[in-house]
Amino acid sequence: MTIPLKEEFTLSIYSENHVGLLNQITTVFTRRHINIESLTTSESAISGIHKFTVVVFATADNIEKLAKQIEKRIDVLKVFVFRADEIIHQEIALYKVSTGSLLGGNEIEMLVRQYGARILEITPEYTVIEKTGHKNETQELFEKLEPYGVSQFVRSGRIAITKNKKELLETYLKKLETDEVQLN
Amino acid sequence: MRPKGMRKVTGKVGVCFATSGPGATNTVTGLANAMMDSTPIVLITGQVVSSLLGTDAFQETDVVGVTQPVTKWNYQVRRAEDIPAAIARAFYIARSGRPGPVVIDITKDAQVNELDFNYEPVKSIRSYKPESPIDFHQIEEAARLINLSKKPLALVGQGVIMGNAEKELLDFIEKSGVPAAWTLLGLSAMPSDHPLNVGMLGMHGNYGPNVKTNEADLIIAIGMRFDDRVTGDLSKYATNAKVIHLEIDPAEINKNVHADVPILGNVKKTLPILTDKITKNEHNEWLKEFKACERIEHDRIIEKEIHPLDKGMTMGEVISKVSAAFNDDAIMVTDVGQHQMMGARYFKFKQTRSVVTSGGLGTMGFGVPAAMGAKLGRPDRQVCVFVGDGGFQMTIQELGTIFQTRIPVKIVLLNNNFLGMVRQWQELFFDKRYASTELINPDFQTIAKGYFVPSLRITERDNLDDAIKQMVDAEGPFLLEVVVEKEGNVFPMVPAGASVSDIRLE
Repeated sequence: MTIPLKEEFTLSIYSENHVGLLNQITTVFTRRHINIESLTTSESAISGIHKFTVVVFATADNIEKLAKQIEKRIDVLKVFVFRADEIIHQEIALYKVSTGSLLGGNEIEMLVRQYGARILEITPEYTVIEKTGHKNETQELFEKLEPYGVSQFVRSGRIAITKNKKELLETYLKKLETDEVQLN
Repeated sequence: MRPKGMRKVTGKVGVCFATSGPGATNTVTGLANAMMDSTPIVLITGQVVSSLLGTDAFQETDVVGVTQPVTKWNYQVRRAEDIPAAIARAFYIARSGRPGPVVIDITKDAQVNELDFNYEPVKSIRSYKPESPIDFHQIEEAARLINLSKKPLALVGQGVIMGNAEKELLDFIEKSGVPAAWTLLGLSAMPSDHPLNVGMLGMHGNYGPNVKTNEADLIIAIGMRFDDRVTGDLSKYATNAKVIHLEIDPAEINKNVHADVPILGNVKKTLPILTDKITKNEHNEWLKEFKACERIEHDRIIEKEIHPLDKGMTMGEVISKVSAAFNDDAIMVTDVGQHQMMGARYFKFKQTRSVVTSGGLGTMGFGVPAAMGAKLGRPDRQVCVFVGDGGFQMTIQELGTIFQTRIPVKIVLLNNNFLGMVRQWQELFFDKRYASTELINPDFQTIAKGYFVPSLRITERDNLDDAIKQMVDAEGPFLLEVVVEKEGNVFPMVPAGASVSDIRLE
């Protein structure tokens, strides 16, 4: 028997903005022993609707079942599942290095230029560098900076935007209205 | 458990109340049971004053957090003026779509404060679609498969009963000529003696429907969810069949068994459309194969169970006699275990909503309180509950409620001094290493006497008929304890993890 292949999926989950929804959503993952690689949440473009972006590794079959179970929660509006090629996604990383090492030579400055990073703040003690990109890119810069001493390194969860021409959620909300008419 | 019993026989939403803290946490098993068996319940729990929330106040529990995984929806109300809207929403969610339990946790201050009462029923919720729009294309495709099929088998689940679609089911079955088997919770959706009723599916179901599942060329699942107790080993399930799945909950489609033709929606609406599109048919040759299986099962199991030659009484014999004494028309409630499977196999039914049992969760202790709910819901019908000696003690204090309320339920205690179902597994799969299954029981007659519930204990077959008659004729509640064979087994049996076609007759 072949073991089904695990792939990376990005889930866009839209919900009403109620207390406790994050817990409701994450328990669906926990119960099925699916580890969340990254999670970001904020208000969506539509007022009153919250958006969760979740990255997981799972089989296509598992992810379909998972999405349905999340949608089953009363306050969840809709779950969209994407493979990497269907979305543009980005993460942000911050690196703190000592200002001394920045001024000590031009290597860090070269890295900042090379990786399209930027410097957010310089104080006499430390310098904060910011880079946006995919995880492997922010990770690579971290490894390049490490020899010069990185006192702090943080990376955000993923945010993603679809390549679709239409806004999926708006299309869905419109469809809801027409379904409502049909059912009544 | 009581609201669940009531709901199952009436179709209405069951309601219960519990106080904060321990009262609320004691309801978790009942909620989990209702969640598994799609029972609409609204539970209202008390909560500490809102200003004390989060301070570990006396009897404070995070009820919303604790009950979240076992409810369809839950919500905490902290202001009196929010109560009407929350209650309206709770009832709408509990009973619509695939029903389920809802908890509303109300803080003390919200309970005692005043408000200008204004009740507006909920008609829809933006983020919640109880029913999907009907896909006529899929129904066409299903009708095409049904018309082509030579060996179709219908699997009838609780969805039919919850949708009040018994008539629609019969129309479909009778026009298509498809043999119909049922899940535990689908029991009584069709009369027991209907010629196309071929029996129960699953682990302790009938021989025919299990074996024939792997010979069928088409499975028509109607309001059921392919539970593992029904399917056995999924990789060897319905191996020759295409699957049509009529189901209200989208999350059930392709969850366990791939549906070639999913038909989302309430079967009350989808079945008539499907019936309309199929051609009238009969499957006499195929039905004869089920009859042949019935004969095998009858000769090897049923006959011995209901007319035993040995001295000791069997559960099947008692259940079959009790059923007959109620003219096969009582509401049967069961606890969980061997007697439950025996009840499902040997009790007979004429009308729908005649079974209350704990299916998905298998909650021992369920029977007695559920029977009280069933009787309150349908005072016009006889309610008979079968319990084992193990499960009886888990909610035996309900005898106090029976005494207090005089709810006339008939309790048949099938006492084998064992946790029989677990003992059966220990015998068959663990070399008879009986661990924690033999019970040293109290004197149930003395206990019943203490609760002033009339009771009788019999140990001899000669006294069985009279004792049953006495129980049936009793005006009020009655406990009939029957001492049965200690090590009786329920057969047939699909061993856990085996294929349905590897069902064992002994």
